[in-house]
Amino acid sequence: MSVLLIAEHNNKELRPFTYNAVSAASKIDEDLHILILGNKSEAVAKSASEIPNVKKVIHVDNEIYENFIAENYTSAIIKHADVYSHIVCSANTFGKNLMPRIAALLDTSQVSDIIKVISADTFLRPIYAGNAFATVKSNDKKKCITIRPTSFEPAPASGGSAEIVKSEPGEAFKNSKFVKREEIKSDRPELGTARIVISGGRGMQNSENFKLITAIADKLNAAIGASRAAVDAGYITNDHQVGQTGKVVVPDLYIAVGISGAIQHLAGMKESKIIVAINKDGEAPIFSVADYGLEADLFEALPQFLEELNKLNTIQK
Amino acid sequence: MKILVAVKRVIDYNVQVRVKEDGTGVVTDNVKMSTNPPDDNAVEEAVKIKESGKAKEIVAITIGEEKAQETVRKALAVGADRGIHVKVDGVVEPLAVSKILQKIVDKEKPDLVFMGKQAIDDDCNQTGQMLAALLNWPQATFASKINVKDSSLEVTREVDEGLETIEVNIPAIVTCDLRLNEPRYASLPNIMKAKKKPLEQINASDLGVDTKARIEQIKVEEPPKRKAGIKVANVSELVQKLKNEAKVI
Repeated sequence: MSVLLIAEHNNKELRPFTYNAVSAASKIDEDLHILILGNKSEAVAKSASEIPNVKKVIHVDNEIYENFIAENYTSAIIKHADVYSHIVCSANTFGKNLMPRIAALLDTSQVSDIIKVISADTFLRPIYAGNAFATVKSNDKKKCITIRPTSFEPAPASGGSAEIVKSEPGEAFKNSKFVKREEIKSDRPELGTARIVISGGRGMQNSENFKLITAIADKLNAAIGASRAAVDAGYITNDHQVGQTGKVVVPDLYIAVGISGAIQHLAGMKESKIIVAINKDGEAPIFSVADYGLEADLFEALPQFLEELNKLNTIQK
Repeated sequence: MKILVAVKRVIDYNVQVRVKEDGTGVVTDNVKMSTNPPDDNAVEEAVKIKESGKAKEIVAITIGEEKAQETVRKALAVGADRGIHVKVDGVVEPLAVSKILQKIVDKEKPDLVFMGKQAIDDDCNQTGQMLAALLNWPQATFASKINVKDSSLEVTREVDEGLETIEVNIPAIVTCDLRLNEPRYASLPNIMKAKKKPLEQINASDLGVDTKARIEQIKVEEPPKRKAGIKVANVSELVQKLKNEAKVI
């Protein structure tokens, strides 16, 4: 048995969730290999080889992998799939887009978004927006699995020295073409890995009012999240959405402001260690998952919150 | 141009799902069912494309038990031209669904296949990508904007880092995000008219697709409950609790 992990990266470095996927993958089997498909991505291969859990790095470098198009990735992955019992990657938009395309060609019924490895063929995964946990056993010979990154600790980044094997690219797929990427650059911690997240919902009323959230995020060195309602209403961009169809976050502290707590939103944050809810509707469902609930008008509470934080001088960066 | 739209019947998104006591699944008896929300966006987008004159026919398809037909009727009521119901009982995994859809695509020869990016029951997010693989078609997943060109689509995709735009040649698969559009409601006259639109029934077994589950569901359980929290009286109490009790700031 060996596991092949498909790395997510940006041609310069591994994306942080790849480290979480590594620790999950090595729970399936210790013979973990990592496949890097990129363009001018030597640095990525080198960092992958330094992860102690990784036994071998397969590096395929070609311009067709510049933009990580799933259709181009697929043929290369299928070429290597033969000798592996498991093909795995992160269950974020990268892995969700890619893995089913591989699974279908291997005639494997994919197990999506696992949160626990019970054994090499049995996994725990949330269903119905996390309102139920299913224990599932894959009976396919070859298993295709996506891993919910926030459910696993990141693997250490250094200390290993796996061999790097170069390999030839697969066929290019002619019918899909990358056009552009609009990445929202920010100095803040990434939403998926931040220690503190503060999120705004429909109660924020407009994008201007998100400044109240931003000020607190600056103070706490927190990432900024949002409910789907706030994103739909155009208060903030989609990359901030937390929930069933957005991002799943598990910070030490999650502060929900003006968020009622629809099932779909709770799915993305209810595993957070400490949850704070600030909402003027005392009956809002968000209070049912909150460790600390404050029934208050957010437009009064947020400036006070900032003021109180300013009085403390122990904020950890 | 012809568009095939796949819709799934799921527990309504507003229902608080309950786990069965015997651990075999979730309670579905007497529970409100409706179309998987992003599938409504897929239907809406197809109808808009037809209204713009760029598509001639929309075929709505569902796969499932007898009652799954309701989702096709709903699609017909908002503008699909005819429906297909592939009858099969029990759980059908995305791999089997995509094999059934492949057979229907072979027969119907659509130029585009639309569906929601994810079903809110099993949360798998697989079917569109799997169908694209089986057909060797391009896939535009998590679409929040679609621009139909002569022989291609320009699709804006919602990805973790923000937005990505790709161009896919037709024929293509698109999986739709909730932000793609605002699905319309069916008017009563259109609901009545939809009853007269053709709806073909096919047995999954007649398509020669093996729908047997490959994944064994060993048990379904409630997620661990959070311990009950408290309400704080004011902001300063909140900050003190966070600092001294929870020690997170």
